[in-house]
Amino acid sequence: MNDGGPAIEVRDLHKRYGDYEAVRGIDITVQRGEVFGLLGPNGAGKTTTVEILEGYRKRTSGEVSVLGYDPAGRAIELRRRIGVVLQSGGIYSHITPREALKHWASFYPHPREVEEVLALAGLQEKADERSRKLSGGQLRRLDFALALVGDPELILLDEPTTGFDPEARRAAWETIRSLRALGKTILLTTHYLEEAQALADRVAIVKDGRVLAIGPPRELGVGAAHYRVAYRDPDGELVERETDDPTALLHELTAEALADGRRLEELSVGRPTLEDVYLELTADA
Amino acid sequence: MPDAPIGMVEGPSSPAFGRLRHPVVLSWRQYRLERKMFWRNPSAAFFNFVLPLLILVGAGAALSGNQHQLNRLVPMIAGMSVMSTTFTALAYNIVFLRERGVLKRIRGTPLPTISYFGGVAANAVTNTALQIAIIVLSGRLLFGIGWPQHWGALIVFVLVGVVCFAALGVAFAHVIPNFESTAAYVNAVFLPVVAISFYVFDSSSAPGFVRTIAEALPLKPLIAGLSGAMVAGKGLGSHLDGLAVIAIWGAFGLYFAVRGFSWETSRT
Repeated sequence: MNDGGPAIEVRDLHKRYGDYEAVRGIDITVQRGEVFGLLGPNGAGKTTTVEILEGYRKRTSGEVSVLGYDPAGRAIELRRRIGVVLQSGGIYSHITPREALKHWASFYPHPREVEEVLALAGLQEKADERSRKLSGGQLRRLDFALALVGDPELILLDEPTTGFDPEARRAAWETIRSLRALGKTILLTTHYLEEAQALADRVAIVKDGRVLAIGPPRELGVGAAHYRVAYRDPDGELVERETDDPTALLHELTAEALADGRRLEELSVGRPTLEDVYLELTADA
Repeated sequence: MPDAPIGMVEGPSSPAFGRLRHPVVLSWRQYRLERKMFWRNPSAAFFNFVLPLLILVGAGAALSGNQHQLNRLVPMIAGMSVMSTTFTALAYNIVFLRERGVLKRIRGTPLPTISYFGGVAANAVTNTALQIAIIVLSGRLLFGIGWPQHWGALIVFVLVGVVCFAALGVAFAHVIPNFESTAAYVNAVFLPVVAISFYVFDSSSAPGFVRTIAEALPLKPLIAGLSGAMVAGKGLGSHLDGLAVIAIWGAFGLYFAVRGFSWETSRT
């Protein structure tokens, strides 16, 4: 923590698998204490980038520094200071979350209390159940717990909430926010626009192995992308209007309709999607 | 630092159990976990453990009264047990853990590779030692074979056999593409090797080329060495060529176990 530099620095990162170039020159800097989001569709190169940072893959070219280490060297010191939540990682079927956490804790110099981590991940009730009996959501909580038990200063989360129901997603967001409140640095990948908006201090939008834009979510067009309000007008025509402020527009439309004594047939409000953001970003380019 | 939300992460904590992180201590912890998991997995315990003993008891009962045949049967089962507790068990385990993503997760932690494999190997050695002990006891109590004449030779052959077949099992795991096909791959090696080795060991009339093949594989020399130690009262000296064959296979296995090892599934 005392070396003061950024937690993660990536310069002109390239990764090639045979003929396919998954990462084509990514530059990002993640400051300490920051929650940084890599936002992009499947196949954008997010996982490849994160797995290079985690030491799982060797880069083809470029410079990478994680807490001052080159992750390709797989230094044990570095692995003691980072926590990893893989996109999909299995766990032994015949041990319980409590046993797994105790075992994992023994790898680290200053682990957290197992009980505390179980509570944090919301696993107290399942703490003594064999892991093969856990549901998908519970196994994902165990992924979080195993990544946190070593009390890492940098946490790398690869699509941490993919497949979660909304409630589980909110719970995971709360956990991530509480980690941030402790001064942890967090890098997360996601293809959910609202997840990047809800959690990240800064976001890099990646597509086809390149960074399209980087900055706080609101400044990136992530916030500027428009809501779509659609309805049928009195003539039966489908009308679609874009707005930054759906509340005001809905108020206006519904007030008008109620005053006229009619219904807004097929009224719908569409949230801005990642596709809208891409369109906006690529339209500017 | 801002207050953490209630029920969320609080300040750092460091319980006492995290202090000892020497690779040997971590190996021991991994070993204890492997033992716990072994006994909790009934099907693994059955196939690695009970099945060879059932074969021993079944065949032993069928050959009851024929001391010459029993003298051959017991070392054959002992050799097969070494192979099943190491080669078969490790190939299964490694493929399962690799395809399930457990190995990849472990790879991301500070657990030293040597500690992980130390624990896994010690687990296999324990299973082999337990089986050999039970077979020796059965030989003594049920099948009229005395205590092993050469304990030293028995221990050396079991140890070299374990290292050889464990390494071959780990190396072989690399060839197996997915968990569903593990049984087919493992049995395609295990059954023919056991069959040819049993046949050549048991029959003096085996055709020359079959004998040559069996002698070049590691199981037949292992059975011969175990037989010498357990039954015939022959020490290491009379089985040095067999020991060399096992050692060469072991070196070959170790090389490919280390070189080809893959921590994650090849699906990307």
